[in-house]
Order: sequence, then structure tokens, then C-alpha cells
Amino acid sequence: MILVFIEHVDGKVNKASYEAVRAAQLISGATGQAISAVIFGSGVGAAAGEIAAKKLGAVYTVENDALKSYTADGYSAAFKQVIEQLQPELVLMTHTYEVRDFAPKLAASLRRALVGDCIAHKVEGGELVLTRQVFQGKMAADVVPVGDKPHFVSFQIGSFRGDECEAGQAEVKALTVNLAGIRQQPEERFKEAKAAVDLTAAPLIVSVGRGIKEQKNIEIVKKLADAMGAELSASRPICDNEWLPMDRQIGSSGQTVAPKMYLAVGISGAIQHLVGMKGARTIVAINKDKEAPIFEIADYGIVGDLFEIVPALTAEAEKLKQ
Amino acid sequence: MKIIVCLKQVPKNDSILRINEQGNWIQDRDLTYEINESDQYGLEAALQLKEKHGGEVIALSLGPARAQSVIKEALARGADRGLHIEDAAFDSLDAFGAASVIAAAAKAEGFDLLLTGLQSDDHGYAQTGVIAAELLGTPHATIVMDVQSEDGKLKVKRELESGYFQWVSFPAPAVLTIQSGINTLRYATLKGIMAAKKKEIKKLDAAAIGLSADELAPKTQIRKIYVPQKSKQTQFIEGSASEIAAKLMDKLKNEARVF
Ligand SMILES: Cc1cc2nc3c(=O)[nH]c(=O)nc-3n(C[C@H](O)[C@H](O)[C@H](O)COP(=O)(O)OP(=O)(O)OC[C@H]3O[C@@H](n4cnc5c(N)ncnc54)[C@H](O)[C@@H]3O)c2cc1C
Repeated sequence: MILVFIEHVDGKVNKASYEAVRAAQLISGATGQAISAVIFGSGVGAAAGEIAAKKLGAVYTVENDALKSYTADGYSAAFKQVIEQLQPELVLMTHTYEVRDFAPKLAASLRRALVGDCIAHKVEGGELVLTRQVFQGKMAADVVPVGDKPHFVSFQIGSFRGDECEAGQAEVKALTVNLAGIRQQPEERFKEAKAAVDLTAAPLIVSVGRGIKEQKNIEIVKKLADAMGAELSASRPICDNEWLPMDRQIGSSGQTVAPKMYLAVGISGAIQHLVGMKGARTIVAINKDKEAPIFEIADYGIVGDLFEIVPALTAEAEKLKQ
Repeated sequence: MKIIVCLKQVPKNDSILRINEQGNWIQDRDLTYEINESDQYGLEAALQLKEKHGGEVIALSLGPARAQSVIKEALARGADRGLHIEDAAFDSLDAFGAASVIAAAAKAEGFDLLLTGLQSDDHGYAQTGVIAAELLGTPHATIVMDVQSEDGKLKVKRELESGYFQWVSFPAPAVLTIQSGINTLRYATLKGIMAAKKKEIKKLDAAAIGLSADELAPKTQIRKIYVPQKSKQTQFIEGSASEIAAKLMDKLKNEARVF
């Protein structure tokens, strides 16, 4: 059996969990395994009902006051007991921040394999082979879990189409777990002060990455943005270094944008950056490394030194303005 | 506060990578190396905690002989002493194996805080710290953006998705995986580099770690690595800088119609 982990906040299902459901349906198509899903919390009946509308064998709810808020200790202890009761062969999850927090602990507590952050799969002779990115997307690796089952696999967000889940009608069943000794005490989730710039509305964005090397060089890219009438944004390291404010960061821990044009200057194209901008209609990348992963999603690519290309582009954009 | 900070040596970010003969990893000849990015922020977090609460910072690296330079760099930035775990038996550990070795060394050493980066820039497992916590029986938190400590109790700020954060409290000893950007990195001063020469780097080999081959057996196996296939047709624009600029602007205007 394949067991799918369903994530939620206060009973609201994380959309990314449907991607794991879809992955399970596709793998099951090749292996014939049954699929179940499991959701942990307190008051998760409605969420379970929503999941049960997908083609699955069963949806298990694990209700417990100690699971009201997510904790790494609570989730891994509860999940371990569920695995002992259901004996799955494969546990599928989406590689969210929450899964990153508890899945390695859970798999390690059972001394089992976890292949994390996968982007694709194939079933070869009954064996599940996973593809994951290494070197921040510059290389891909085909990986297999070894040793006793269950094997744990998490897929990077966006690897499967959650909206392509086959519909069905699954039975909802309750499981009970005993929990004690949870050490983490979480407080309410919160957002920092609201972003001063809203990049989501900008039609044109010029974005700068670590290829710019020094803070003073940011000016070169800002000039291009101004000449094009574009907003300036950045990859995370630029904001980590405080060369530009946090609210200009694009990516999984920054803003998600879908402008008419996104021009990436000296950005390598790590997945955490790509998720924030791959919805742009036209993507341009300037990078000195022709193998940079950013070119995998670029419509127009320029392999070269940004310190030569960007000023030339600025001059051209200024000509065009007149 | 006794803090062990784990530092992994990884190929420099802009390295040209070549696949090895077996096809299952890169060739490590001709590469230059650096400290994994988020580990550097872990080191800085450790140094700042020591400045505030007193105690000791121990820089731990598991890796071949060349990984010594990572420890030396940490000592120059202010760590008090080093632990270098080196043995041919540890050459190709997966996340579980590496975490087992680190946990064994940390247990023997004793600690209040064990810090790692949130993931490495080469394998990117994002598992080592969390597995170590499980093996050590301590609580943990991942993707940490702030660390406060009072009377043996830790309070850490976790980064969540979509711009959310959350404070979580738990008792020490504990393991934290640190996110890049949590602080501003310091660099080694000349004085620091001189002082580092007198600091101790203790070596640990497989015998000192004392784990059986069974305990280190890989749970995941890399079959092959390769350059990823492109999903999009990219038009590469070539020429001199000014030719490129003219061609790109023309295409953006007349082909993609973005202005
Ligand atoms: C949990 C988590 C969340 C994250 N969230 C985000 C996020 O929200 N946003 C984000 O951006 N990242 C995020 N990251 C970080 C991400 O993984 C990458 O580390 C980051 O995006 C890299 O930024 P970069 O491309 O600017 O730098 P690098 O990867 O260092 O790339 C620099 C690029 O510049 C090129 N270059 C260098 N010199 C020149 C030159 N002279 N001319 C042209 N090109 C040049 C290089 O070839 C290289 O490709 C996150 C990571 C994690 C683990």
C-alpha cells in the first residue's frame, strides 16, 4: 500500500498535498498498489472529506489534542504509530517546510530510507527510481531507496499536477494514537511587517543575483530596470546580504510573481528561486555559465558577462524610450 | 553554552562539474572548495551565541583531508577548537550515515546546541541535522532564522512558507538547522588567522567513532547523475554586447511583445 501524507493548517488542506496524491495515483498505475491517505490534527473531518473525493482506497484521520498544532515530535510519533498499524510499503509526501521538519526524524526512527525533494519518478521492473536535483539543479541524480520497507519519498512542489488527481470516493476511517512527551511548544504563525513594495503587480521585472558580486554593482542593474521601466527584484543571497531589502526577494521565501517579462541577471536558477518567477510570460536570462539551470526555463538566453551585456542593454533600452 | 557547529566542505558555487567514470558522482579533481553556504550562517550564529552567553564553539567537519581547511577557516573566524572526522570508510555516506557519524561524535563530546546548515549545496538532502537529533534523542527545529536562549530553554524562530514565521520553544540540548540570512557573516581577520594556528584540531577516525558497517549501510543509493534535460526551447542570442542588446530588445518588442 502507498500511504500519502496530507498537510493542513487549521483544517485547511495544503494544495501541495494533492501533488503527492497525484504522484501516488501515477505510481499505483504502474505497480498496482492500493493508495491510502492520512491526515493528523484535531478537527480534520472536513479536510479528510475533501481528500476522500479523490480516487483513493481510504483516508485515515488521526485526531488528537496534542496534534492541534504541528510539532516535529508530535507528528513523527503519531505517524510512526500509523505506520505500525497500516504497514505501508511506500510513504509519499510533498517536500514542504513541514515535511522537511519531521520526515527525516520519522524515517530515521524506523531506520528506513527517505529519498527527499524528488522531481520525477519511474518504475523499472517493479522498482521505484527517483530523480532528484543535486548541486542546486546543475545536475540530476537517479536514486533508489534501499533496505526494508516502508520507503519514504518526498516530491518537490510542482513536480506533479495536483489538479489532475483522478476523482473517486474513498472511505474515511479513524485511527487513534497515544502521544506524550512532545517537547516543542509552538506559538502562533505570523507574518513580518507587510511588504512595502508589491512586485506582484509589476508588468516588467529585472532581477539581480549573486553574479553581481558586490553591493555597489547593483546600481548597474538598477539602471537597466529604470531604462526599461521595470521593477527591480533579487534572489535571496542579495537580500540576505542586505544589498536590497527583503521585500524585493523573489522565490519560495519571498514574493511569487508572474510578470510579462522577467529578466534574470546573474541568477543561477535554484528551484527556490524558480518557483517564484516561472509563471512569467517571457523569461530572459543573462548568465556566464551556459549550464546554469536558469536557462532550462528561459525563452531568451544570453551566455556572457553581465558587466558587458547589462550596460549595452541599458543603452539600447534608452534609445528605444526616445 | 557548548555549541558544536557542523561545516561541510562543498565545491565552490561556480565550479565546472564533470561526472566521474562510474557516472554516479562528480570528479573531485581540479575543484576548489568552500564552506557550505547555510553552514556559514550556522557558524556565525554559534559565534554570536557564545559572545552573548559565554561558552565554547567547536567546529566539526566530516570529510577527507582537504576538509581541514574548512575547520581552519572556522577557527580563524572565532571558533575555539576543531573536530575533524576523517576515514576512508566515511567517503560515500548517505544522509543517514553522515548523521550517524556526526551524532556519535557529538554524543562523545557533549553539547548544549548542535547546529547544521539547513541543507548542503551539493547533495541537498536537508536531512542530516534532523536525523542526528533523532539518533541523539534531542528535540530539533529546522530552517531557523533566530535563536534565543534562557535558563536551558531555547526559543527559535522558524521560517515557514508564504512569508510566515513561527516561534517554537524547547529545552536544550537540541539540534537546529540554520537558514541562510539569519545573521551577517563575519570574515576572518589577520589576528584571527594567527590565533587559529594555536587552536586544537582533534582527529577522529572510524575506530574512534565506533559504528559498525551495518549501522552505516546506505539507505539510499545514487544510480547515476547527469546534466538535466531542458524543458523549454531557449533562443540563445549571440554576438558582441551591443549586437546582443539590439537583438534582444528587438525580440522583446516585436516577438514577445513585452513593451
Ligand atoms: C528553504 C530555502 C528557501 C529559499 N528561498 C529562496 C527564495 O525565496 N529566493 C531565492 O532566490 N533563493 C532562495 N533560496 C536559495 C536558493 O537555493 C539559492 O541559493 C539562491 O537562489 C541562489 O541565488 P543566486 O542565483 O543569486 O546565486 P548563485 O547560485 O550563486 O548564482 C549566481 C549566478 O551568477 C552567475 N554569474 C556570476 N558572475 C557572472 C557574470 N559576471 N556575468 C553573468 N553571470 C554571472 C553564475 O554563473 C551563477 O549562475 C532558498 C533556499 C532554501 C534552502
